[in-house]
Amino acid sequence: MALTNLLPDFLIAPLDYLANMARKHSLWPMPFATACCGIELMATASSRYDIARFGSEAMRFSPRQCDVMIVAGRVAMKMVPVMQRIWLQMPEPKWCISMGACASSGGVFDTYAVVQGIDRFIPVDVYVPGCPPRPEQLIRSILDLQEKIQRTGTIDAREFASRTAYEGPTALARELGAEEAIVAPGDYNTATRLRSLPTVN
Amino acid sequence: MPLQTAAPVLEDVAGADQEFLYTLNFGPQHPATHTTLRLILTLDGETIVKAVPDIGYLHSGFEKLGEDLDFNQYVTIVDRMNYISPVANEIAWHHTVEKLIGIEITPRCKYLRTILAELARISDHLLCVGAAALDLGALTGFLYAFNAREKIYNVIESTAGQRFHPSYTRVGGLMADISDDVVALVRDFVKTFPKVHADICRLLNRNRIFIDRTKGIGVLSKEDAINTSCSGPVARASGVVRDLRKDEPYLAYKELAGAFKVVCGKGGDCYNRYLVRMGEMLESWKIIAAAVENLPTGPVNVELNDKLTIPDKNATYRSIEGLIQHFELFMWNRRWETPVEEVYGAHETANGELGFYVVADGGGKAFRARTRPPSFIHFAVFPMMIEGHQISDVPAVLGSLNIIAAELDR
Amino acid sequence: MPYLDTLNAKFAGAFATSAFRDNQRVVLSAEKAFTVLFPLLKCLKEECGFDFLAELGGIDYLHYPHATDRFCVVYGLTNTTTGERVWVKAFANDPDPELPSVVALWKGADWMEREVYDMYGVRFPGHPDPRRILMPSEYTGHPLRKDYPLRGYGERHNFPTVTRADS
Repeated sequence: MALTNLLPDFLIAPLDYLANMARKHSLWPMPFATACCGIELMATASSRYDIARFGSEAMRFSPRQCDVMIVAGRVAMKMVPVMQRIWLQMPEPKWCISMGACASSGGVFDTYAVVQGIDRFIPVDVYVPGCPPRPEQLIRSILDLQEKIQRTGTIDAREFASRTAYEGPTALARELGAEEAIVAPGDYNTATRLRSLPTVN
Repeated sequence: MPLQTAAPVLEDVAGADQEFLYTLNFGPQHPATHTTLRLILTLDGETIVKAVPDIGYLHSGFEKLGEDLDFNQYVTIVDRMNYISPVANEIAWHHTVEKLIGIEITPRCKYLRTILAELARISDHLLCVGAAALDLGALTGFLYAFNAREKIYNVIESTAGQRFHPSYTRVGGLMADISDDVVALVRDFVKTFPKVHADICRLLNRNRIFIDRTKGIGVLSKEDAINTSCSGPVARASGVVRDLRKDEPYLAYKELAGAFKVVCGKGGDCYNRYLVRMGEMLESWKIIAAAVENLPTGPVNVELNDKLTIPDKNATYRSIEGLIQHFELFMWNRRWETPVEEVYGAHETANGELGFYVVADGGGKAFRARTRPPSFIHFAVFPMMIEGHQISDVPAVLGSLNIIAAELDR
Repeated sequence: MPYLDTLNAKFAGAFATSAFRDNQRVVLSAEKAFTVLFPLLKCLKEECGFDFLAELGGIDYLHYPHATDRFCVVYGLTNTTTGERVWVKAFANDPDPELPSVVALWKGADWMEREVYDMYGVRFPGHPDPRRILMPSEYTGHPLRKDYPLRGYGERHNFPTVTRADS
């Protein structure tokens, strides 16, 4: 915020442009690889597809060094808090690619343990369809993300600051019937019901 | 946050003044775990006093889905179980279902399944060896391995249309017959694979760093291997001569028994497991070479009259029997008639004995589809293997065990 | 089968046998299972050479045709020298399904029994570490029971949401 207050607009715009140029060509992915898609992520990084051509070969396993989190694979109930903590640990500006059907929507795993889309819990920028997506698709998603950064990015990431609202799917609470929505009694540390369910009559 | 310190109970650390021990949380998101598993290590300096694995970070209810989907639909889920050799899982699943219903598959189907299963084994071992080398600092081996894996992906893609999760098998046969291109691709793979294998061997077999980091690390004795239910390369590296392909021959392994040997080790350490995997790749290569040249002709699915397999498009659209049969198999209340019985069928997949225990209640769905997951059983042995070693040995042992989280947690 | 003679001599009347395809089964009903299971498996391991516990898994027979007992734990034993297999099915019933732990015989049973406990709620007295293994420790249900819905009771959505501005 400070920068925008100090400098006039005609200086901010070129600075934004330069920052976006630098950022988009050196996206460092944080491979949050949980399942099958992780292997395709490895395939994308290895010799035939070579993600290095697009400046994203520097996979860093420390969230503190990354710009883009690639969630590859389904995220189970036990893993959600881990995913959120890793996301929060990444420095701004940061983006998230939801790779594959499971990360985007739960995919074929419509079961008790699998989260039906990570966008219910963290913000997502690019969704990659496929189960798992081909490496070409992942590369395409990185190109799309680069375009998004070029268009919307700002040097001090002020475009993120105003986004305080939940951006995920809205039909979350109505998915279950009222009788099914009751959680069995117990000490739910992981599963604290924060958003209140609407009363269903 | 659920990452509470599950402080390990240390009564068994003999008389130690435990104040100097400290706890290190390893995973669930860590480069060396490759997948999602967590270890709580109690350390004395760098030496591991106790390791407590914490799993379930990828538990996605496979077995519950198995009770919800029919025998053909569940193959898509089984695919995602050991996702570095998906075809092998499919073949094992449908082997069990066919054993339950009592179907004898055709010779061509047997050979095709054998070829695919062995390709899956090679691709599994390649990834395991490559990733283990990567964790120990040898990136080149990983790149070579992945390049060879892409060739296998090519074969699978032109066979089934999907390069990763082909969902290729069906009850009583396969989704479709292969085209001639596939045979050419397999022959090409057979021709080029020994060079890749030799490259990886040259990189690692006598690499001093690799040997120093794997030899004598994570030793599993033969008695322990049997006592802890280990199977596959992990058990064979410890000297347990047990390979279901020889002991309980299935598919075409009876006819191809002369083409391959069972690779065993003696030491039971990480280096032995690596060598067993490298050896098994060559044996699989021999099986593929023999099978692709002896590939029988004929149908891939059992006869339409048996009313067990999905008829092909031609039969569905052009004959009334085919149409009825297709209809019968896809109506939710028809499908297969199964005996009210239960059966266990197991295959020797790349990781070990992958078994399915299917309970049927007469309908077209499994009442219970229990999996015997080799990764789960092998990971249970991990604390025993790692105790007394250093932190830097954790990736070596994990890599040599080839833990696949989706199979581990299901 | 030679092991049957041994078992008949020691546990006459305590078990039934059945077979399907190549699976030879020894079945223990819910009344007998808790007392007979451990000595029977010990006898199979030490006297009949079934030294390899290939498989241990649970089954919930709720609403299964002609089922009389609810929970079943299946022990798949293999003789590593001859390759022979035998299946031991031990039943247990509500409200407090219990079976003796076999970790003392096979260390490999450790995690498999924990999984059965996690998924079915069958307890194994004598187990060294009877905790949940796959589900979070504060989870209360047993998801593979037949009366547990496939999509759960909404636990999978009970997490706080992180928005863009949070970080």
